[in-house]
Amino acid sequence: MLSNFHSQGILLFSSPSSIMSLGWVDSLLVIIYFLFVLGIGYYLMRFTKTGDDFFMAGREMTAWIAGLSFVAANLGSLELMGWAASAYQYGILATHWYWIGAIPAMLFLGIVMMPFYYICKTHSVPGYLKLRFGEGASQLSALSFGFMTVFMSGINMYSMAIVMKVVLGWDINFSIWVSSLTVMVYVVLGGLLSAIFNEVLQFMLIWLGALLVPIVGLIETGGWSGMVARIHQNFPVGDYTHLWRTMGSFQDNPMGIHWTGIVFGLGMIISFAYWTTDFLVVQRVLSARDLRSAKLAPIIGAGFKMFVPLIVILPGLLGLAVMPGLVGEKEAIATGAHSYNEVLPLMLARYAGPGLLGLGVTALIAGFMSGMAGNVSAFATVWTYDIYKPIHLKIAKTEGTDAHYVKIGRWCTVIGVFISIGTAYLVQQFASIMDYVQALFSFFVAPLFGTVILGMLWKRATKAGGFWGLFAGIGSSIGMWAWVKLDPSALKYIALSPYAKDMAENMYRGLWSWLICVAVTIVVSYMTQPKPESELVGLVRGCTEIPSEGDMPLYKRPIFWAAVILAVFIVLNIIFW
Amino acid sequence: MVGRHKISIWFIIGSLLLTYGIIIFGANVYDWFSPSQTHSIVLGELHFGVWWGMLLIVIGLIYFIAFRPWKKQAA
Repeated sequence: MLSNFHSQGILLFSSPSSIMSLGWVDSLLVIIYFLFVLGIGYYLMRFTKTGDDFFMAGREMTAWIAGLSFVAANLGSLELMGWAASAYQYGILATHWYWIGAIPAMLFLGIVMMPFYYICKTHSVPGYLKLRFGEGASQLSALSFGFMTVFMSGINMYSMAIVMKVVLGWDINFSIWVSSLTVMVYVVLGGLLSAIFNEVLQFMLIWLGALLVPIVGLIETGGWSGMVARIHQNFPVGDYTHLWRTMGSFQDNPMGIHWTGIVFGLGMIISFAYWTTDFLVVQRVLSARDLRSAKLAPIIGAGFKMFVPLIVILPGLLGLAVMPGLVGEKEAIATGAHSYNEVLPLMLARYAGPGLLGLGVTALIAGFMSGMAGNVSAFATVWTYDIYKPIHLKIAKTEGTDAHYVKIGRWCTVIGVFISIGTAYLVQQFASIMDYVQALFSFFVAPLFGTVILGMLWKRATKAGGFWGLFAGIGSSIGMWAWVKLDPSALKYIALSPYAKDMAENMYRGLWSWLICVAVTIVVSYMTQPKPESELVGLVRGCTEIPSEGDMPLYKRPIFWAAVILAVFIVLNIIFW
Repeated sequence: MVGRHKISIWFIIGSLLLTYGIIIFGANVYDWFSPSQTHSIVLGELHFGVWWGMLLIVIGLIYFIAFRPWKKQAA
């Protein structure tokens, strides 16, 4: 999920000169990284022959590979820098997006939803909708996902180029072209297999490159208690180190959000929508080699996700302790001071010596590339299978060969990368496009979850119900967004408080649009004829036989590990209450 | 995971970490004895780069040896 870092437009940084410069050792590490990722693509090309190889990585990934790739595809570099900045701005509250805003949803995907996605052998989430609700809902979701994915990829690309310019002084064009063409080459060569292999490599690099900051930072501050003491000393007003204590009122916390928005909006709708229906992440799990691996992959991913705050939130909190002078973007531009958006590279420059700086920068580049590879590989799959294939069938009156679809997939990858590059340059010219595209992306997420979850769990949901529910959810989300844009006082109705901030508004808008989608789907379904149960086998709970795990030892069962992760999640929330 | 592929992803990760570890360890040992004046860092006296380089070498070696492709071929 995206942080508010993105929504602050392209004026992400204010410093006139670069924050750090790389020595030859650092540059060597970056060059070696690029050679490795291209080498992986070249090596895997020979194993990518069929459509299943290219789009689904041959469906032979282990639970660990699929799980790490599942998390890595979401762990973009702007995600790292954005949430570190949010932690500096809002304190530990930003952790909600990693814990309640991710863990329950990932476990739900693994235990409840994955069996249906996996057993029906779909290539994509819109593909599942086609099997369950027919062409209408599937096309609506495929088109919105296809376009928004590459647009978002372009926005991230441009933001990343700005980061590289400010942090390292790199030319914007150089950053855009070198990183995106590298991603294009290795995804065109090896498809999803190459994307997944590289994501696992990138995941390791992100951890080993970023973990340095919290370790040395805690040594400097004298551990957790020393860090908290310094934060209280630097900021006597405001609570930056408790997760739930300040959530009783909109005005008591810097995020301007109430616990109901976090629990019901973020925890129950937005996070479930993103982690269970965004094909960018779900595609990684669909590549698992069997149902048990597919169920375990999101659970393994949840285990790692739970500890990502160590490399993202903790550096932001340490920044509050050791660099209290960072300011907001507008003030930074006016005074020339450093902005809190720069907190992660500033902390890296504070602690990283020769080579370690290069490792940290490689981690940021790896984060960007894993996010972009996720976007373009998901785009290629959805475009080839859910948009191109039905059109080809209609025009040619016959199915294309497997080799034909692989060729189209490769072309879609190239086209997707070039649309992303085009979007990056468009954003450079018209900054406001960024905000509109992000808003557009948010319109589809919550209602899609309503449609998919009813499709999986409720036999009575009909084709018309699915389509009109999704349509009404998306329409109402756009309507609420436009209402607040035209009349800001409407915020008190949408977000339940005139003091609510952007994030709170997004949470509540997601909640309402999901409820509207569900309500319309139920009403229309009762007014229309359902499919016979024989057509719902493999798609819906109650009509699908899910293989039993009763004969497995307890420690091999996904449900056992889901319970362990859930227990750790609850304990962590209590510790940092 | 190896699957149809002769080279496991873990072996590739091991190779990269080993390479990085050797470079970072070497650069920081050199910096320890000939410190550069251009880039001073907080807690630089702990020579964290040396220890981090060693950590990468150890992790890299474990993956490199455990998932080496010629082990499978020999078996």
